[in-house]
Amino acid sequence: MAELHNPAIEVGHDTHAHGHDHHGHDDHDHHELNFIEKYIFSQDHKIIGKQFLILGMLWAIVGGLFSIFFRLQLAWPDESFPILEWFLGSWAEGGKLSAEFYYALVTMHGTILVFFVLTAGLSGTFSNYLIPLQIGARDMASPFMNMLSFWMFVLSSFVMLVSLFIQTGPASGGWTAYPPLSALPQATPGSGLGMDLWLISIAFFIVSVALGGLNYVTTVINMRTKGMDFFRMPLTVWAFMFTAIIGLLSFPVLFGAAVLLEFDRLLGTSFFLSDIYVAGEALHHSGGSPILFQHLFWFLGHPEVYIIILPAMGIVSEVMSVHSRKPIFGYKAMIFSILGITILSFIVWAHHMFMSGLNPFVASIFVLFTLLIAVPSAIKVFNWITTLWRGSIRLNPAMLFAIGFVSLFISGGLTGIYLGNSTLDIQLHDTYYVVAHFHIVMGLAAFYGMFAGIYHWFPKMFGRYMNTTLGYIHFYVTLVGSYAIFWPMHYLGMSGVPRRYYDFTVFDQFNQYADLNKFITVAAIIVFAVNILFVLNFFYSAVKGRKVTVLNPYGATTLEWTTPIHPGHGNWVGEIPAVHRWPYDYSINGRDFIPQTEPLSAGEVEDHDIGSDTPNITDPIPGEEGKA
Amino acid sequence: MNTLIGILAIVLIFVIVFQVAKASELMGMLKGDKEGETSESTNNAHGFLLMLMMITGIIAVFVGWWLVEDKLLQGNRNFAPASQHGDSINSMFWITSIICGIAFVITQFLLFWFSYKYRARKGHKAQHFSHDNKLEVVWTVIPAIVLTILVARGIETWYEITAEAPEGSRVVEVTAQQFNWTVRYPGNDAVLGKREFDLMSGENSLGINWTDENSHDDLMPTEIVLEKGVPVLFKLGAKDVLHSFYLSQFMVKMDCVPGIPTQFWMTPTITTDSMQLKLNNPEFQYELACAELCGRAHWNMRFIVKVVETEEYNAWLAEQQPFYELVKASLEPSNKTEEPSSDNPTQIEQGDSTSAPTLDEPEVSGGKESETNVISSL
Repeated sequence: MAELHNPAIEVGHDTHAHGHDHHGHDDHDHHELNFIEKYIFSQDHKIIGKQFLILGMLWAIVGGLFSIFFRLQLAWPDESFPILEWFLGSWAEGGKLSAEFYYALVTMHGTILVFFVLTAGLSGTFSNYLIPLQIGARDMASPFMNMLSFWMFVLSSFVMLVSLFIQTGPASGGWTAYPPLSALPQATPGSGLGMDLWLISIAFFIVSVALGGLNYVTTVINMRTKGMDFFRMPLTVWAFMFTAIIGLLSFPVLFGAAVLLEFDRLLGTSFFLSDIYVAGEALHHSGGSPILFQHLFWFLGHPEVYIIILPAMGIVSEVMSVHSRKPIFGYKAMIFSILGITILSFIVWAHHMFMSGLNPFVASIFVLFTLLIAVPSAIKVFNWITTLWRGSIRLNPAMLFAIGFVSLFISGGLTGIYLGNSTLDIQLHDTYYVVAHFHIVMGLAAFYGMFAGIYHWFPKMFGRYMNTTLGYIHFYVTLVGSYAIFWPMHYLGMSGVPRRYYDFTVFDQFNQYADLNKFITVAAIIVFAVNILFVLNFFYSAVKGRKVTVLNPYGATTLEWTTPIHPGHGNWVGEIPAVHRWPYDYSINGRDFIPQTEPLSAGEVEDHDIGSDTPNITDPIPGEEGKA
Repeated sequence: MNTLIGILAIVLIFVIVFQVAKASELMGMLKGDKEGETSESTNNAHGFLLMLMMITGIIAVFVGWWLVEDKLLQGNRNFAPASQHGDSINSMFWITSIICGIAFVITQFLLFWFSYKYRARKGHKAQHFSHDNKLEVVWTVIPAIVLTILVARGIETWYEITAEAPEGSRVVEVTAQQFNWTVRYPGNDAVLGKREFDLMSGENSLGINWTDENSHDDLMPTEIVLEKGVPVLFKLGAKDVLHSFYLSQFMVKMDCVPGIPTQFWMTPTITTDSMQLKLNNPEFQYELACAELCGRAHWNMRFIVKVVETEEYNAWLAEQQPFYELVKASLEPSNKTEEPSSDNPTQIEQGDSTSAPTLDEPEVSGGKESETNVISSL
């Protein structure tokens, strides 16, 4: 992984020391760290970020492989695949996936991808890696808590992994874990020990998110370098901060739901259970409500999709701006739309429950808020598109994935307007239309944001470049492939084909798509293979890739590119640079870019988008020039 | 063996791709590609590819739609949704589709067109353009107005569909369990007999209280038969886990929740026979499916629904024998104390200390139970 720093490269960076910020820059390297302290139980935010990324990637392979397994079943329900038996043993006897394990795979695929990959792997990676580097801090507010956050994720991962190998199998009630199914071992074997482990794992995961989130918010508020006003922070940092706030406010609710569900399971309480007659036996539970769990679950579950997508939005905004050589269009509009999304994300959860027996009047309120959230989302899309307009665009893999992100966000966002409308949801709810919608808008789009971020910051992370040719192959196959997988699912949904079906052959009306299901599965296998290629490229390039020889290869304005090529713990050698301008001064004053560390020249005013439509007419920040 | 060959082939392809990629990177370095930059020829190539993706993509969206058109519930020449609700849902669908379709094509086109047109080339410079408040207000207000229209239309239709069932609606009770459906018709008196959770047992799977005379003419058929043109109110429930009552061809769906009654009404508009003619498929049947994951055989809860003309409906009704008649014999020995034997284990389960688990005063205990379980008696 990261190499020791090369002092020869480190010297060139410090052209902007301005005689302030003396705190702590030499407190860190007083004792030599051994290997374990440096790379395993590390308190360096950069190492922790990479740890999140690598563990997230491993989980992505597992979760992706699971989806291939159950796609095989959907495409060829009558065939047998010896390879399945080789992987899954008695769960796929004779190479045919059992129905129980089909549902276990679906459940694990969802859980792993939503929580471990797109929450920990995306937000965990980039919040950790970028926040201190981009706001000019030596590390997180509490590096120790940060380390704990990662190891809680490891613990959570371990428990979930164990649940895959127990006799009754992992949880199989869907990633949403709706009781009573998830509460009753009589109803499905996966609701035995597997469900206990699932709940324990999620509880640890929530602790990890809380520790991480507290750190991100505290760091952003308290540890910005001199001159780094809130409105001089890159959009990535804004996005990470709001993501952390959403997580802190919503994940504890899931924790509560998980604890109550475990009480129902272990202690015989009746929070979510009432009047149940299962397996020939009437249970004593009385007075609980399964709908209550749905409310609690989606109070996290819906903000969760923004926890997943906001970091990707931040990354894409940054990558697009850098590679278009233009400021992000409507910087403040972008911030306020993130804020709008953050607030609205807490009052739309019941749109997952229109068909649960919810009061129709209540449902209509949630229709209003849900469709309202399309407004800030639309603003963001228009702003990204306008950022490209009259740019000078480098079409490298990072930029292509950023463009792909916007394309997918449009496609998946528009279908949200269908599903958020309770009238249409009567038909589309729990069909493949929903599967198509959330995979495109949340799954794929977030992955594209993650890929854009990895390709873009890889040189900073490892001091080497990823192989670009492989990057291009990765992009085109993934773009075509992911649309090929998920677009046709809209048509399945419009025909009424329900999701979470093990076999469509029983129903005449759902069994019309045998060929299309094969097509989708083949596309999924190809996309999976090309993403394995990406993982190989990642590890190969980290060790053997083309070396970075200049400090700021992309000509970016932000602070992370002022650190040495191989930054050590503490990030900057000598003082932390001060900041004098917003992060999007591209193609201005006849120059390609002006780094944030460069003081405003005489008479120059800062280009914030306050005021009207001509640039450079805003007031300077009082006293800024004086200091510079 | 085949698997092994397959794996080897994949590994081989990976190795080749890797080598080619490495070689092209070296070539680039020899040609003097500046790190962090992309060459003009690279930008040209990828700009072109992006345009190609976008154009084929947009074409594929519409061609794909056209290819599966005969399977869809919307805009299908052969098939129309079989309920009135279906028509209002579909008109909402088309309004949304036109708006979203326009937004989709315009934004996707601009995104890829700009990526192509403004790719970095020699002599081409980016223009600093950081904000334009007028523009931003315009594209905040337009989506807001359009969405307001969609919300208004959507909620209007929603209230129409979820309104109280019209007077004179027929009632059909459907109870879901792993992994089948139990259907109950109220019979001649149009009132369903009372059900009590504590009466549920192997013999009395719904927990029907046979002392309630309304239950004596209730029917429990093995298929759902509906009368064309007459609104029907489905009273839904579940015994074990969540299920969802899903009539795809009627565009109707509602969860079945243990402990909480739910309901949904609709008016079927096309008989099974005329649908068979229309689709030219004598095998065609309306199918009831489960749409909420309920366990191992969730995908296997098919139940036939028939829509028939009034005469046929009445004839069918006349044929049905009330369920009470079928079970009366087994209830006989304890005529007044309806099925005490099966009732008892439930009471023990309940830990109900006030009602002794023997033959004493079933009516009293029944009354009490119906109080504590109001919510379950549909």
